[in-house]
Amino acid sequence: MQRVGVFVCWCGSNIAGTVDVQAVSEALKNEPGVVFSTNYQYMCSQAGQDMIKNAVKEHRLTGIVVCSCSPRMHEATFRKTAAAAGINPYMVEIANIREQCSWVHKDMLTGTEKAIILGKAAVAKVNLNTPLIPGESPVTKRALVIGGGIAGIQTALDIADAGFPVDIVEKQPTIGGKMAQLDKTFPTLDCAACILTPKMVDVAQNENIRIFSYSEVTEVKGFVGNFDVTIKKKARFVNEDICTGCGACVEKCPMKKVPNEFNLGMDNRHAIYIPFAQAVPKVATIDPNACNMLKNGKCGLCARVCAAGAIDYKQKDQFIEEKYGAIVVATGFNPISMEKFDEYAYSQSKDVITSLEFERLTNAAGPSAGKLIRPSDGKHPHTIVFVQCVGSRCESCAEKGKEYCSKICCMYTAKHAMLTRDKYPDTEVYVFYIDVRTPGKNFDEFYRRAVEEYGVKYVKGMVGKIVPEGDKLKVQASDLIANRQLHIDADLVVLAAAIEPDKSARPLATMLTASMDTNDFFTEAHPKLRPVESPTAGVFLSGACQGPKDIPETVSQAGAAAAKVIGLLAKDKLMGNPCVAQSDELMCNGCSTCANVCPYGAISYEDKEFRMPDRTTKIRRVAAVNPAVCQGCGACTVACPSGAMDLKGFANSQIMAEVDAICK
Amino acid sequence: MQKITREQLIEKASELLANGTVSCVLGWGAGEFGYDVTPTVFKTAEEMKTGFVFSDFCGANFSKYLVAKTQKTEGKILVFLKPCDTYSFNQLLTEHRFDREKVYAVGIPCEGMADISKIKAICGEGISSITAEGDTFIVTTLYDDEPIAIEASAVLAERCVNCKSKKHVAYDELMGEDGDVLDSGRFDEVARLEAMTPDERFAFWQNELSRCIRCNACRDACPACTCEKCVFDNPKSGVENKSPANSFEEKLFHIIRAFHVAGRCTDCGECSRVCPQNIPLHLLNRKFIKDINEFYGDYQAGAEVGSRAPLVNYTTADLEPGEVFNREG
Repeated sequence: MQRVGVFVCWCGSNIAGTVDVQAVSEALKNEPGVVFSTNYQYMCSQAGQDMIKNAVKEHRLTGIVVCSCSPRMHEATFRKTAAAAGINPYMVEIANIREQCSWVHKDMLTGTEKAIILGKAAVAKVNLNTPLIPGESPVTKRALVIGGGIAGIQTALDIADAGFPVDIVEKQPTIGGKMAQLDKTFPTLDCAACILTPKMVDVAQNENIRIFSYSEVTEVKGFVGNFDVTIKKKARFVNEDICTGCGACVEKCPMKKVPNEFNLGMDNRHAIYIPFAQAVPKVATIDPNACNMLKNGKCGLCARVCAAGAIDYKQKDQFIEEKYGAIVVATGFNPISMEKFDEYAYSQSKDVITSLEFERLTNAAGPSAGKLIRPSDGKHPHTIVFVQCVGSRCESCAEKGKEYCSKICCMYTAKHAMLTRDKYPDTEVYVFYIDVRTPGKNFDEFYRRAVEEYGVKYVKGMVGKIVPEGDKLKVQASDLIANRQLHIDADLVVLAAAIEPDKSARPLATMLTASMDTNDFFTEAHPKLRPVESPTAGVFLSGACQGPKDIPETVSQAGAAAAKVIGLLAKDKLMGNPCVAQSDELMCNGCSTCANVCPYGAISYEDKEFRMPDRTTKIRRVAAVNPAVCQGCGACTVACPSGAMDLKGFANSQIMAEVDAICK
Repeated sequence: MQKITREQLIEKASELLANGTVSCVLGWGAGEFGYDVTPTVFKTAEEMKTGFVFSDFCGANFSKYLVAKTQKTEGKILVFLKPCDTYSFNQLLTEHRFDREKVYAVGIPCEGMADISKIKAICGEGISSITAEGDTFIVTTLYDDEPIAIEASAVLAERCVNCKSKKHVAYDELMGEDGDVLDSGRFDEVARLEAMTPDERFAFWQNELSRCIRCNACRDACPACTCEKCVFDNPKSGVENKSPANSFEEKLFHIIRAFHVAGRCTDCGECSRVCPQNIPLHLLNRKFIKDINEFYGDYQAGAEVGSRAPLVNYTTADLEPGEVFNREG
């Protein structure tokens, strides 16, 4: 029988406000095995921990139950306390009477009753606990960064600077991401290319960084410190090692009418292309859907003009398998589709554009060489209307928009409006907004400058309808402050489309077993205290894949994620989790169901000789768990048809004891 | 009524025993009554000539016997498999329950087996002999002067009425012709139960399961129940050999067993065949099969060796648990 000590925490008034802690510690005194029970204001404080240590000595405790906050908060704290007092850290059980009790109950009586029940369950479990000793596993000292935008670039550079090899996997033919498409960046208005492209070159030249461009992650196995990743390098039909990026092939390619995705389809590219002049790697790629040679074997011009002989029409997708210690997700964002927003006439008129399209139109390397023109007729627009929150903060339009604030639109719209007024003083610029949100260093000053110095007309209110009429766009809107309807004949309308996580994020999250929120943004391990780590050990988050972010924030998070990765890779060995699966050989049928469901490949089979009761021997196939690989997820324990598989620390008997204690 | 005869099977077995392909034969042996057939191991052709039986009452599925038998036997075992037996055979191979190398499987055609309880329902007790003449059984009893003629189709076992397949999915050698997978109405009865209100359904199962005497025959015959140590025999489990203490517990044994074999049950129907209380246990298993088919797409356990059952497989296309919950029933 265990000698159990129960320690009920008040958590200040967090618990004591709705739970009668004195009653809880009194009630639990009478539970089987309990030899000591007390309560204290802050069990996690030094004084509280000393109280536990002293009780262990005084009452010769073998098990500890702490009724406090969630084990995610302080289980590690109390395990350390137990270890310091000389008992096995896994002899500690936490009854969560804060998140699961005091915070969700208003009534003292019911709160207290539930806290007692939760305490009883923890006592029932700790009575069946056994000391566990964790194993160790090695760390592969290489990191994988998925996504080669500014987030991925910064993370990779920082990790590489610490001396660890890093691979970047980017699905586009070049790294650079969304930032490469931008013109100027707020709030300082430096040109995006001027600050991004040097970093891209740094990545290319860094000996510790390998770039897998035009590639995707297709499979992830393993666990923190030991991920096995399969990367699909899509066939680009150009030998990357030989191509010099001279562009001769592009010039000669007769297929000239392929919509250019880099310019968001506002101009055309060739079937063989380099996305933009500063692309890294600066290597041509053949679009298999457009190339005549690949489609029907007729052409081959690019191969003839390529002096380096880099064109390879027979190139196949390549699969690369590599081991990593840590994975950083930096899959970024995309503007949402405007197709469903009929009220803004995006599909009807070429002169209704998104903000990202506006970036390309004003970019010197864009389709109009930086000259602001109407896409429909190339004329100079005089009246320009910016609409904010298109699809953002849209509770009523969940089927086409997003409920959340996209965060970056207020600032980039101010930037667009300001730059337009600066370059073309003859224009009239309106911005329609719900609220202007400009927290951030020098952000509000920036917005005020747009209004006060550049005379941008900010109107609080939303645009109701846009109707193309002749060469004008009739904008109907309401001015909520003046309480009147506005009718504006605009030449150009710019929609600040909401942003959403890249579509590749959801399948990636499944591969990584990393959790996501309902909007497909990756969730962090703790929103405040662990903002750059995924709850899945060894998986880190960088940039807009975790939530809408501007460039300054993305770069800081990228650095933070890198610091976490470096901290992990700097270790030679990782302490494992001793709560791993274990098979009872006498019950195991060797049916392989557990090995089939194991996501970590931790289970193997061996033929083992058993002595039978009648003194004969029998050779049977039985499962064996590799404790260094097992992550204790428990999938095998539920799949095992014979009940041979059990999880240490969470044995079926322990869980049943908890259920029994609750139902008693 | 069976197209293949006892003599043909004995001839095949004798040949395989004589040329050393197999060292013994797993077959049906004569029991106390003509319809009472017992799984038996025959070591010689002579033993077969005296004790081997093949009739319309040879329903026993031998796949499960291979688990224990292959452990003990030197050389190969000859086993006769009806089409439905081959699914269990494959399922056991998927679960690595016996060594395929130690078995010589002969697929035999099956015209459907008779259900003795249906015959008894017509003729009463005291049956002294049953002979098949074409599609008719001639039954003599102790109490009737004249033999009674019964249409074979009227006394077909329930699982054979809804036969799912006449195709052998595993064999080393096939006797007679192979058939096809059939479009059976085996889920009709399940659909009828699903259409009931929860109260009606509860009453139905209450009535059926209250007859259970916990003889464990269903478990002992079930080819999916091959655990080294059954939870119901395991003293550590807390439910070992426990008789039902109340009307709730008597249901649990069968429901736990149905969950236990879910995704692995090939719907061979042995559970219902051996039940001395005639409880339609196969309906519980069929409910799971039907649900699995509806939720994850058609899946037949044992159709091929090594297939991944949907319940122990994961694809991103799997439906969300909430959808299952919302469907109810």
